[in-house]
Amino acid sequence: MKEMICICCPMGCHLQVDASDLSNIKVTGNTCPRGEKYAKDEMVCPKRMVTSVVRVNGGTINMTSVKTSESIEKKLIFDALDTLKGITLDAPVHEGDVAVKNVCGSGVDFVVTKNVPKK
Amino acid sequence: MIEKNLIIIGGGPAGLAAAKAAYDEGERDILILEREQNLGGILNQCIHNGFGLHTFKEELTGPEYAGRYVKEVVARGIEYKLGATVINVTKDKVITCVSEAEGLAKYKAKAIILACGCRERPRGGINIAGSRCAGIFSAGTAQKLVNIDGYMVGKEVVILGSGDIGLIMARRMTFEGAKVKAVVELMPYSSGLNRNIVQCLNDFDIPLKFSHTVVDINGEGRVSSVVIAQVDEKLNPIMSTAEEIKCDTLLLSVGLLPENELSKMAGVELSPITGGGIVDDDMMTGVEGIFQCGNILHVHDLVDFVSEESDLAGRRAVAYIRNGKISKDYVDVSATGGVRYVVPQKISRQTDCATLKLKMRVANVFRNKRLVVEADGEEIFSKKRPVVAPGEMETISLNATHLDKIKKASKVVVSLKEA
Repeated sequence: MKEMICICCPMGCHLQVDASDLSNIKVTGNTCPRGEKYAKDEMVCPKRMVTSVVRVNGGTINMTSVKTSESIEKKLIFDALDTLKGITLDAPVHEGDVAVKNVCGSGVDFVVTKNVPKK
Repeated sequence: MIEKNLIIIGGGPAGLAAAKAAYDEGERDILILEREQNLGGILNQCIHNGFGLHTFKEELTGPEYAGRYVKEVVARGIEYKLGATVINVTKDKVITCVSEAEGLAKYKAKAIILACGCRERPRGGINIAGSRCAGIFSAGTAQKLVNIDGYMVGKEVVILGSGDIGLIMARRMTFEGAKVKAVVELMPYSSGLNRNIVQCLNDFDIPLKFSHTVVDINGEGRVSSVVIAQVDEKLNPIMSTAEEIKCDTLLLSVGLLPENELSKMAGVELSPITGGGIVDDDMMTGVEGIFQCGNILHVHDLVDFVSEESDLAGRRAVAYIRNGKISKDYVDVSATGGVRYVVPQKISRQTDCATLKLKMRVANVFRNKRLVVEADGEEIFSKKRPVVAPGEMETISLNATHLDKIKKASKVVVSLKEA
């Protein structure tokens, strides 16, 4: 039995996970279905949303913020962050713009989360 | 002097939600004064996700959450001024504002909503001994430098305080290539959310040292190390446990303080516990027509609750503008027995609200308790709480039956009792 804290939302439910059989993982302590999915993913292939910043050229501020369009495998986090280094977007940038496509072959994109108008 | 019906000071999450609600209630003469160059307030630098689960039923980043409200405000054509810093507010609701565009301007409002947010407690607020070198930042300042300005603040980092900002910054600094050597927490528990301990510290094997504090800072020019030590149950450092950690940066995440300089000028009575105003069920302070909402009133953990509270303030400010002065007769709401404070601190006997939410924080971590509301000694509400912690705000939703009992009572007390 493994104990873990669900990170899907700020509730932070305490989960008990029985993973003695990986094809039939049992989860208790969750208050919503996302908790069960989280616990199962955590045992098999943990995933995280990744947020960071990207430099903007000619904008009202130096940086815009980005997020992965979906959560990506935890082991890919630092490789994914590396794809943001050295890239510069030209202002104006808009929420929803794709900053990096198909990050590390994951099928997930880095998308812009903040509008930065031209200076 | 420019006359306005409603002036909202602060264009962050609280001010935006209040403006939207006031407009939707029918008020058209609204002005938001924002000192920064963008609307959205602190959310603009909170680039992580986890915002909006209650309000929008989805998980947004801070800038996206702010963006939604900015869009609503712009779509309604609500007037706002950027780079406009309010330097004075009087009890007669005269506002003095300075901006590059207009120089010094005076406004007179029928109602004012103070939505100025909070500030971080600085180094001087906790009196850490040691060198006064560079490399010491409040966590939020570092967050702004990294996320908005694009300046990295250091390479080897120690963070004092395990509130959410401290935890989020531990991950953020790690993402930017820094080594976070430890997060040091004075208390035996974290005031941050559990999920942040998991995904900001545990994911990256960053040690979290409970019941420890920073007792010395070394460095000439720049921080070269900090000394941490365990504390006893009275929170006094045990010097025999002192340990030096080499680092070039110390981030302080040691508490947020409601920003009430303008409130004080206007004569608003403040609570010594929350540091914010004392308000009634309309979110109105003791000064007629001056309202507060968001982190200026009390520090929230979730922006969703700020939006909700500010929505109420916006609507009630419009009611005040329409109906003018109403004589109110109040029932005091006080906190005791493990509950540190309750907001609002008073409920009007004339209230026409059908429901009311009481927000509160507890003084310690407790298990197997009930949150109880008593009106003149009679228990009118009780809610089981398996675990409560100071880091998580508690809410009690009162209905019309509860409110009827409260209106007849001479005092209302909220406390924790055995389950």
